[in-house]
Amino acid sequence: MVGAACAYYAARRGLRVTVLDRGSVAGGTTGAGEGNLLVSDKEPGPELQLALLSTQLWRDLAEVLPSRIEYEAKGGLVVASDRTGLAALQEYAARQSAAGVTADVVPGERLRDLEPQLAPGLAGGVHYPQDAQVQPALAAAHLLRAAGDRVSLRLGEEVTRILAGTRGEVRGVRTPSGDLHARHVVNAAGTWGGELARLAGVTLPVLPRRGFVLVTEPLPRLVRHKVYAADYVADVASDSAALQTSAVVEGTPAGPVLIGASRERVGFDRTPSVAALRRLAAQAVRLFPALAAVRAVRTYAGFRPYLPDHLPAIGPDPRRPGLLHACGHEGAGIGLAPATGRIIAELLTGGQLPLDITPFRPDRFGGGVAG
Amino acid sequence: MPHPVTDDPEYDLAVIGAGPAGLAGAVAAAELGLSVALLDASSQPGGQFYRHPAPALGATRPEALHHDWATFTALRRRLADSTATLLAGHHVWTVVRAEARDLWDVHAVTGADGDRDRPVRVRARAVLLATGAYERHLPFPGWTVPGVVGAGGAQAMLKSGLVLPGLRASPAGARPGAGARVVVAGSGPLLLAVAATLAAAGARVPAVVEASGYLGYARHPRTLAANPHKVAEAARHGAALLRHGVRLRTRSAVTRVHGSDRVEAVTVSRLDRDWRPVRGSGRRIACDALAVGFGLVPQLDLATGLGCATRRARDGSHLLDLDAQQETSVPGIWAAGETGGIGGVELALTEGELAGRAIAARLGGRAAAGGSGRGRALRRRRARMRAFAAVMAAVHAPGAGWSRWLDDTTDVCRCEEVGAGRIREAATAFGARDARTVKLLTRAGMGWCQGRMCGTAVACLAAEGREQGPPPAPERRPLAVPVRLDALAALTGTAASDPGEPEEHAAGEDSTGG
Repeated sequence: MVGAACAYYAARRGLRVTVLDRGSVAGGTTGAGEGNLLVSDKEPGPELQLALLSTQLWRDLAEVLPSRIEYEAKGGLVVASDRTGLAALQEYAARQSAAGVTADVVPGERLRDLEPQLAPGLAGGVHYPQDAQVQPALAAAHLLRAAGDRVSLRLGEEVTRILAGTRGEVRGVRTPSGDLHARHVVNAAGTWGGELARLAGVTLPVLPRRGFVLVTEPLPRLVRHKVYAADYVADVASDSAALQTSAVVEGTPAGPVLIGASRERVGFDRTPSVAALRRLAAQAVRLFPALAAVRAVRTYAGFRPYLPDHLPAIGPDPRRPGLLHACGHEGAGIGLAPATGRIIAELLTGGQLPLDITPFRPDRFGGGVAG
Repeated sequence: MPHPVTDDPEYDLAVIGAGPAGLAGAVAAAELGLSVALLDASSQPGGQFYRHPAPALGATRPEALHHDWATFTALRRRLADSTATLLAGHHVWTVVRAEARDLWDVHAVTGADGDRDRPVRVRARAVLLATGAYERHLPFPGWTVPGVVGAGGAQAMLKSGLVLPGLRASPAGARPGAGARVVVAGSGPLLLAVAATLAAAGARVPAVVEASGYLGYARHPRTLAANPHKVAEAARHGAALLRHGVRLRTRSAVTRVHGSDRVEAVTVSRLDRDWRPVRGSGRRIACDALAVGFGLVPQLDLATGLGCATRRARDGSHLLDLDAQQETSVPGIWAAGETGGIGGVELALTEGELAGRAIAARLGGRAAAGGSGRGRALRRRRARMRAFAAVMAAVHAPGAGWSRWLDDTTDVCRCEEVGAGRIREAATAFGARDARTVKLLTRAGMGWCQGRMCGTAVACLAAEGREQGPPPAPERRPLAVPVRLDALAALTGTAASDPGEPEEHAAGEDSTGG
């Protein structure tokens, strides 16, 4: 998704772009995502600024791309089960509001006006109208199509080497079918971004964080918003390696309800985790009792790319001229893709940056040019 | 890590699937002293092959459609006489390593449809996967018309004493489907058996339409000579068909079904070597129903969830990579029967017994019972029948040209109603190179059957017109059957931090990214 957005905005600036992927379009983490375009889960700070810009850009893209990408400005609803949780949530929402987020406090007795099937007895919540959803694989595929003739796709081709000139500057890439020369190389390899960086001789500590999503049988619309419990917010910035699951429950235009966002650091392991599935199911049923007798038909794992400070790497790599990074967006890559793509396009064409990208510097973790 | 308190019984061996392989494995292991749990989704043992009417139907001669019913009744009696526990009506949805690393947790839901809300967990020191196979379907225009049934499904329904859907209701007391005209089509030895069963049940079979030629078998005379029972079986079915006046058309396929509310006729076309329909060769055959199937595909959902290594069969399907003892690449997980490649009932019985004996030896701390005469005989029989199975897979492997009989409006995924045109568009215009991405872009394979019906077809269409890349990994379905959310939520005995994370990578590791 991030690569598709970079290609799209760069092509619109007049650049000729080749997109390489060793698999399919949306074959990696994009294809395993839920398509969350969220501001609600972000603390005030650089990531929230990126998300707010993306919210606007996604709205623009939804005008341009076909409705098949299933963009829905459905809004998010974060609920708290008790008074303590609600107080913390309200304080958090107030700080977000100060940073430009629309966040409306909803008292407990009004929650079911927004979500009729929600469990009774919840203390209250916050409604985030800017939260939205998209079907990520379709969005990536259609974004690449909409980029037009300036973008050429080379799928099933793995980059085996980054070509460098005499002064160490990037000259292109090598794949099994030959060399491809280019003045700039953008690393949008997501969870595998660290490996691509290594090919360029620089370190970028991207690590995988596993998440499971549960998918139910198709249902008539039962869940209207993206609904989740307040403990999700605490998990995002957490540094704990223990399993932390909080169910984000939402309906989809096709009918199935998605229940997602378990978070574990276990490397690239797809073995189903019964504990993770149990928690997802239990939390979903706790939020929506009507889901109890509904059957889950599918579950899948994805690997979020994260960097030690949970911020993405966006921008030029001073250690390797011509190399830019656009990866490490953790669980927010779909949402943050358009803003990332815009920034990369401006950097490539010497345009005006829409926001300060210093917090996203790819070399902020140290480590120089290897070998 | 403290063990959670649990009342769940613990077994030496959990056998999943009570068909021929599972029954043979459970009986062999139990008779050698292991405590065994035998789990099966059905209400009675037998699997697909020894399927028989439920006792409530009052069938007096369930053996009428089985020529080796005695083998089954003997196994069933030995099972009853053993200490093995039969857990019928148990739908296993996953197998995972228990917190204690030398144990396995088999998770199941119960009820006729797996719809009871209480989950069951069976813990065992070893697991034998005998999950069998499911039918391979290839779509064609009209395959969704009522009256088109799977060949294997039709066989199963007849064996269960039920009436075939799409056939006119038979008068009380009459045999199921009596008098109806049923064309049998597709590829594989099952077609002859289905046609013979239908004819025996009183249906008229205007034609058996086989896409391959039988001459392929003749290229392997030694394998044929070593498997006289297979030749005899084919001859027996062939004789039955002759007796009933059934015509066999080879190198042909049903390329269209006529009728909207129900089947009225089919068009049968000749095929070239690659299964491309020969233009102008179509002939219409009037019928009331069509039983169609293109062979069987190993049922590997539990195995791939465990990370068991697979390889591709000659017909493109994935099968488990097993060692001489029937053990998978994951120590402690064993497999027998169709999961290791489609080979039929006798091979399943042989491998089940081999696996049961090997597991007993392993858990008993002995070397595999290689020296015994019985073990040697079983291994010889397995080698002989595996050779035949390989020939069979090659002879009936779908030719690449089959997709020529699709038009763009033919629904390939029936659950989500996705036509061939949209799948081709996803592959050619939107960068989908495999079935997984086609699924993400079109929803093909996302419905109730989770791609079991359309998976082969979607993978073929996604690969159309491209040079063969690396072979795709087998489809991953971590939930082998649908599970109610309250059943998932009620799971107990899983420690909160879930430490049981194996180091090894799943076989289907994603190779995508940069």
